Amino acid sequence: MLEIRNLSFQVDDGKEIIRDLNLTVEDKKFVVITGPNGGGKSTLAKLIAGIEKPTAGQIFFNGEDITGKSITERANMGIGFAFQQPVKFKGIRVIDLLRLAAKNAYNKQEPSVKPLADSKAKPLHLHFEKELSVSDACDYLSAVGLCARDYIDREVDASLSGGELKRIEIATVMARKTKLTLFDEPEAGIDLWSFNNLIRIFEQMRREIHESSIIIISHQERILEIADEIVVVADGRIQKSGRGSDILPGILGTDAAVGTCFGKNGDKVC
Amino acid sequence: MLKVDEIQKRLFKEVAELHDIPMGAYNLRANGKAIGRNSTANVEITGKEDGSGIDIRIKPDTKNESVHIPVVLSESGLEEVVYNDFYVGADSDVVIVAGCGIDNCGGKDSRHDGVHRFFLEKGAKVRYVEKHYGSGDGDGKRILNPVTEVYMDENSQMEMQMEQIKGVDSTNRMTLAEVGKNAKLIVKERLMTHGVQNAVSGYKVTIKEEGGSADVVSRSVARDSSYQKFDACIIGNAPCHGHTECDSIIMDQGRILAVPSLEANDVDAELFHEAAIGKIAGEQLIKLMTLGLTEQEAEEQIINGFLK
Repeated sequence: MLEIRNLSFQVDDGKEIIRDLNLTVEDKKFVVITGPNGGGKSTLAKLIAGIEKPTAGQIFFNGEDITGKSITERANMGIGFAFQQPVKFKGIRVIDLLRLAAKNAYNKQEPSVKPLADSKAKPLHLHFEKELSVSDACDYLSAVGLCARDYIDREVDASLSGGELKRIEIATVMARKTKLTLFDEPEAGIDLWSFNNLIRIFEQMRREIHESSIIIISHQERILEIADEIVVVADGRIQKSGRGSDILPGILGTDAAVGTCFGKNGDKVC
Repeated sequence: MLKVDEIQKRLFKEVAELHDIPMGAYNLRANGKAIGRNSTANVEITGKEDGSGIDIRIKPDTKNESVHIPVVLSESGLEEVVYNDFYVGADSDVVIVAGCGIDNCGGKDSRHDGVHRFFLEKGAKVRYVEKHYGSGDGDGKRILNPVTEVYMDENSQMEMQMEQIKGVDSTNRMTLAEVGKNAKLIVKERLMTHGVQNAVSGYKVTIKEEGGSADVVSRSVARDSSYQKFDACIIGNAPCHGHTECDSIIMDQGRILAVPSLEANDVDAELFHEAAIGKIAGEQLIKLMTLGLTEQEAEEQIINGFLK
């Protein structure tokens, strides 16, 4: 469970991006944060992941105060973060990134092969002690709609398109199997065709949420539609929040919810 | 069996990935002397009459053979200049592994200056791998000043991988190449300097005839208070294609001077250069930290990938 208490974030010139914000995200919830651009959504996600430090307030994760903890500590406690603009690396391949993610996976998996009852049997290596196999890596790529064989050895650099980078970003975050996963505008920078595939991925995550929770920052109606809860953030504050079915009708047609066929400024794109 | 001590064994392993006597033709040199040599039916290695180095002659049409000529120095204060000439026969396809490892535990400077000349006949194809490595905690410096000259006849191809990742205090490398008709030169240089090391890498590539091409790419990391200079000039004297790129990561108090230059002497010479120097991007560190790596682990991953 994530609990945010009286959180504020001020930039150097004194402007308040987040103002005394309170928010609780229960386990097993799929929460969508929406609201106008510049309202503080991305900053809020970065504060949760530890990328920015708040000027006031506290963040609790499963009862523990994580306000003073580093990005690495929070990641190892089970917080995952998918960037709005995926980072590129020269020389680091897709498989390398997936392996780094899986190596530091929070929910270490049960051994795929159980040791035999015979006590004389050699102890078997546990699944998580091994490097992520190529076939497991391929499964993550296939899940985000990439033909794995074509991508596994590619470098995560400018040779990949925005949509490809975005899907690889999502695959690496999935490989970590985190307790709380933040996605910052997964729809940003990808074409409509890729977006429709992405929706399917999020629908699947929603179905297989188990004990974890997911926070997505999005303006997209189709993502808002599958939310358990919708939180509308504007001007650094929560304007309204509640069950998806209660909030959605009131924000349709506003900046907070964009139909799939419309861009952010209302232009028809398909 | 050759007489090789543990330090020399380790150096051979670092520079040529040799765990044992290599297959094919080889010449192993340790502390100023040849300690093992083998010629094959297609590759003949002979000492120069004046003792200044070796000649390697590869017969035309030799395919899929390798030549290993690593050098190690483990005595402090040894200084040497060695001339090695490679004559690569027409239409052959070979791998040449060179490299030099210096272990200096003493107080005197150790230096190896290797002068390699390659003569590629028509259609010859060479992959050349060269690694430089230094170790030992003495005050004496480990110095390497290689000079490489490449003369490429029609349709020949040369791919050079040159790597210096650790422990060489001072290096001044010069590579000269003359590229003939439809010949293709590819250079991939990887360099990392640390401490107070000083590394200069110069290239002068002349594309002399029509259809020739050259691609000289360097990736480097300068840490601590080290200094690097990359100076690559590509000259196009005919309709040709030339490209040079220097991409560097700078850390701590490191300093880098990149001087890519081009000279076109033909209206159909297409020449390009690129150079970029910068520290590790903060967002790269943050991304890897969100995957659970510490800042230091993230830095190592980024540099390893960059120099791969």
